[in-house]
Amino acid sequence: MKAETTTRMPGTGLGNDGGRPVKLKLKLRAGKKRVNRSFAGTFFLFLMLAAFGAFMALPLVYAINNAFKPLDEIFLFPPTLFVRNPTWNNFLDLMNLLGQSWVPFSRYIFNTVFITGMGIVGHVILASAAAYPLAKHKFPGKSLLFTTVVLSLMFTPVVTQTPNYMILSWLGMVDTYWAVIIPAFAYSLGLYLMKQFMEQIPDALLEAAKIDGASEYRIFWSIVMPNVKPAWLTLIILLFQMLWGSDGNGFIYSEQLKTLHYAANQIILGGIARAGAGAAVALILMSVPITLFLFSQSRIIETMATSGMKD
Amino acid sequence: MLSSWWALKWREMKASKHSYILLAPYMILFMLFTVLPVLISIVLSFTYFNMLEFPRFVGWDNYTRLFLEDDIFLTAMKNTLLFAAVTGPVSYLACFIFAWIINELGPKMRAFMTLVFYAPSISGNVYFIWLIIFSGDRYGIVNGFLIKLGLILEPIQWLKTESYIMPIIILVQLWLSLGTGFLAFIAGLQTVDKTLYEAGAVDGIRNRWQELWFITLPSMRPQLMFGAVIQLTTSFAVADVSIALAGFPSVNYAAETIVTHLIDYGTTRFEMGFASAIATVLFVLMVGTNLIVQKLLHKVGE
Repeated sequence: MKAETTTRMPGTGLGNDGGRPVKLKLKLRAGKKRVNRSFAGTFFLFLMLAAFGAFMALPLVYAINNAFKPLDEIFLFPPTLFVRNPTWNNFLDLMNLLGQSWVPFSRYIFNTVFITGMGIVGHVILASAAAYPLAKHKFPGKSLLFTTVVLSLMFTPVVTQTPNYMILSWLGMVDTYWAVIIPAFAYSLGLYLMKQFMEQIPDALLEAAKIDGASEYRIFWSIVMPNVKPAWLTLIILLFQMLWGSDGNGFIYSEQLKTLHYAANQIILGGIARAGAGAAVALILMSVPITLFLFSQSRIIETMATSGMKD
Repeated sequence: MLSSWWALKWREMKASKHSYILLAPYMILFMLFTVLPVLISIVLSFTYFNMLEFPRFVGWDNYTRLFLEDDIFLTAMKNTLLFAAVTGPVSYLACFIFAWIINELGPKMRAFMTLVFYAPSISGNVYFIWLIIFSGDRYGIVNGFLIKLGLILEPIQWLKTESYIMPIIILVQLWLSLGTGFLAFIAGLQTVDKTLYEAGAVDGIRNRWQELWFITLPSMRPQLMFGAVIQLTTSFAVADVSIALAGFPSVNYAAETIVTHLIDYGTTRFEMGFASAIATVLFVLMVGTNLIVQKLLHKVGE
């Protein structure tokens, strides 16, 4: 059916003369829905994509290569993008450096993993629980609450940092993990995306459960939650990105509570002697979120499809 | 009359008990860490407060000081508006254009290119790599390259020269900007009803540009509005990149932004009243611009 429609299209770059079978096949292979394409346009657009793709990728490629360069190659003139004699020395240096640090390095890793893990679990559960009534129930105050959440997407957390410090210190949370974890629970972009995604769950499914006598909590936990797994992954990666890269937001002072990112920055800023180890730690830090995204990409795109703001 | 309205609302609220219970944990934290802080900020902006003594009401003093006496704030304001005016629209367009081209690729290539464009924004503080690229000695990539080509003889102190700092930060900020908005556009493009394109072609749409304008953009309006919020908000909040690349404070405050100014007063000088005034200005600026842009985007394809 599709093939038939495509062959009737006027003015396509692939040429079109009445839908002979050969052309038809070519078209199908060229893409399912694409009509109205000129070759010059395609060429120009892909050239642009390639050029900007290189601009996006080269700094990362350079960062990866740097991690494997021996020191004399890092300080080579003229500088090179790609490594010539790859070595693991930078990683060994990093290990040595870490062995000497005052706080054992495993402690920084534990801190970051703990903050990231707790933050993600709490946020996914709390944001989903709040998203469900916002998406599927009618109650007084609903639109006011949701409008507030949308408004909060329009400014960055920096605006609230000073009062947040006061509130956290009033709660006695300053200089504990919770100073970073608890505010992350209430991250508004997560609730927003989750609510938009939940809206597409068919009402009939929920009605059926209600008729069977399931409570709202049961419906939420055993019907809604399993149906929004793609959105979980999206919330997980958003929070991961935020918490994995957190340096404590200025709310954590004790050295033994500080995060991996804080420790890494100290190494990266450590100057020439540590250029190699700095490159190695940068590679380790960036590879984790990228790998996570690599495996969850299609689910995240699925969630984002419902992200739109309705009137 | 009014009392019966309240009685009705009360009954509705009682019937929605479960909804409120589900909402409560999130909403309590949201109020505590997002709504309340904004209100505190606005109130404190009219006081003198140093964290030790009780806040003292000073009227509009902080604001007059900010706009009339604080030259650095005016630099910060100018820089922030410049960042927002350049990186906001450019990154928004870039997000859309690249999502649009990527959407024409096959599934494997599409996944790969999405990763390439999205990777910088999720890689944490990997923008440190630009410190090495624009390093002031001969080992920096840019200097090394220019010296080798013979365009310059001596290495340039990129990040210590006032006139280069802003363009470099804008460049890096753009490099980092294909984030959530970009993903939303990719997703949005995949959900546009394909039969619309076929119908459009029958109705005389001649090329891809017309197709983009008459079919794709109007079908994606919700994502376009969401993306605008994300890109705009980020573009007003430039700070981390500025601090990492240009230092804090930067040479002659060339890279000072409202956020770095806020950090300066809020966490270094502990002038909380004044810092709150800065935060309030930033808040009004961000939310105001966002609301205006939302109004404008309502008109797309109408």
